Amino acid sequence: MTPALLAAEGIGMRYGNFLALNQVSVSFARNTLTAIIGPNGAGKSTFFNVLSGALRPSTGRVMFEGRDITGDPQHAFARMGIAKSFQITNVFPRLSTHENVRVAVQMLSTRFDLLTPRESLTAVTAQADQLLETVGLADARRRPAADLAHGQQRCLEIALALACAPKLLLLDEPTAGMSPEETVAMMDLILTLAAERTVILVEHKMKLVMGICQRVIVLHHGELLAEGTPAEVRANAEVKRVYLGQGV
Amino acid sequence: MRDAADFVSRHRVAAVVLVLIAFPWVMPYEALAVNILIFGLFAVGFNLLFGYTGMLSFGHAAFLGSGSYFAGMAIVHGGWPWYAAIAAGTLGAAAIGLLIGFLAIRARGIYFAMVTLALAQCVYYIFYQADRWTGGENGLRGVRVGAIKVFGVELNFVDPLTKYYIVLAFVALALWFVSRVLASPFGAVLEAVRENEQRAAACGYDVPRTRLVVFVLSAGICGLAGTLRALHLSVVPIESLHYLTSGQAVMMCLLGGMGTFFGPFVGAAVFLYLEDVVTTWTRHWMLVVGSVFIVFVLFFPRGIWGSILHWMRRRGA
Ligand SMILES: Nc1ncnc2c1ncn2[C@@H]1O[C@H](COP(=O)(O)OP(=O)(O)O)[C@@H](O)[C@H]1O
Ligand SMILES: [Mg+2]
Repeated sequence: MTPALLAAEGIGMRYGNFLALNQVSVSFARNTLTAIIGPNGAGKSTFFNVLSGALRPSTGRVMFEGRDITGDPQHAFARMGIAKSFQITNVFPRLSTHENVRVAVQMLSTRFDLLTPRESLTAVTAQADQLLETVGLADARRRPAADLAHGQQRCLEIALALACAPKLLLLDEPTAGMSPEETVAMMDLILTLAAERTVILVEHKMKLVMGICQRVIVLHHGELLAEGTPAEVRANAEVKRVYLGQGV
Repeated sequence: MRDAADFVSRHRVAAVVLVLIAFPWVMPYEALAVNILIFGLFAVGFNLLFGYTGMLSFGHAAFLGSGSYFAGMAIVHGGWPWYAAIAAGTLGAAAIGLLIGFLAIRARGIYFAMVTLALAQCVYYIFYQADRWTGGENGLRGVRVGAIKVFGVELNFVDPLTKYYIVLAFVALALWFVSRVLASPFGAVLEAVRENEQRAAACGYDVPRTRLVVFVLSAGICGLAGTLRALHLSVVPIESLHYLTSGQAVMMCLLGGMGTFFGPFVGAAVFLYLEDVVTTWTRHWMLVVGSVFIVFVLFFPRGIWGSILHWMRRRGA
């Protein structure tokens, strides 16, 4: 078996006396689409934040491509190819949609270049256009991000995450607050993206992900309740109990 | 109108410099014009940090003042030529910027403002106490620059108009530099950090380091303004390090329009012109300038130039 792209080893997260995560160990193989599900308050976002470098776990390690990256600074994650979209929309509100993506793409080629004009980085501009095309925002390129509809902002966030050409894409409830049509479009987009890279998707609506992911991880009260293929997880008695009455 | 606004933004340095070349002829006297140049540059340096990166410093007097003192000491105690004094003052202020920045950048919002204020007060205290070098509360006297040679041409720095154009040459150079930085990829990162630090970090940008670099740049620009002020006044008053001077940078920037290229200059010009005119009627000029400031902050939060730009773009759109 090839080593996992990302592995969480015995992750624990403590907020004061409250244990939000307890000994969670999972690994994620390359080029798979994994969903992390669980009821609200299960610890999904906390786990997501540990995996994406926003939070340093109280115990345990995060390994990426065999290297311990626990506690590395946030900006190092994008540079090694781990990108994320946040549960709450997180874009550059007063910059144009295009500039949002352009500045994100630019990171790979330059970070402290003070004297070249931005426009001269034509490859960066082209790449940004390409990404806007991918997420379906080409027509909105000149509008400030703050003026976009909620669903469009969610798509912009995906484009921002894709800008660093990530090997691993982490998405925290990307369909939160979306209309049913937007949700379907977003799920299609995620499937397309997952064809070429590893994707970890956090979602509390179980039904949404069962059809598209190869693996499901279920968190409950900060603990790993179950993991396996969607069929296995669906058949799991524990999971049924937690999601009782929700029509798994 | 939108085209006009775009044209001006595209050639912003040329536009500013053209206006500034004609400027001494519309001012009541040249010394005021020189003062506006210097404080305009001070406000531009401050705006780089506040308007473009979103960091509100209340300690920028430390950079204007230390730039003045370093340049002044280089001339008075070291006998250095004027241009070397300018370089020394600018670099000295940038070095103090590195020190203060290093300690302050991790704080945010009001805490950042307070830390910069407190550290700037330390700088004030050090220069105040080192009176053998700085003249203490009397300020540093005798920063005299007379006839100077520029590329073989002899110029008289004492002549007000000549002095104005020499100072303008440095200000123009600094504006060109700031404009390049703002248009550069790094300038884009500054805006990204201002808009959303968390997102900028998630995109791979080292936010603390970005904040430190822009802090040092800002300090250097303000330090350059300080060196020019020492040459202009022939003395360095201790007030240049006072927190009221830091407050002036904030007021000029807000009055003119933060986050616009030309705004800080407009703010400095209006502020100093009002001060000059109003002091001829009443001692309480602060009251008048303060009222104008409040009116702008309340009713034109974009500032004078910011409102004009907004209006031109709206008319064109
Ligand atoms: N910063 C924090 N401080 C204290 N408790 C927190 C903090 N963040 C999350 N929690 C708690 O940890 C638990 C898990 O939260 P979270 O990871 O956001 O769950 P989920 O994303 O699965 O809904 C919740 O009970 C929440 O109240
Ligand atoms: Mg959550």
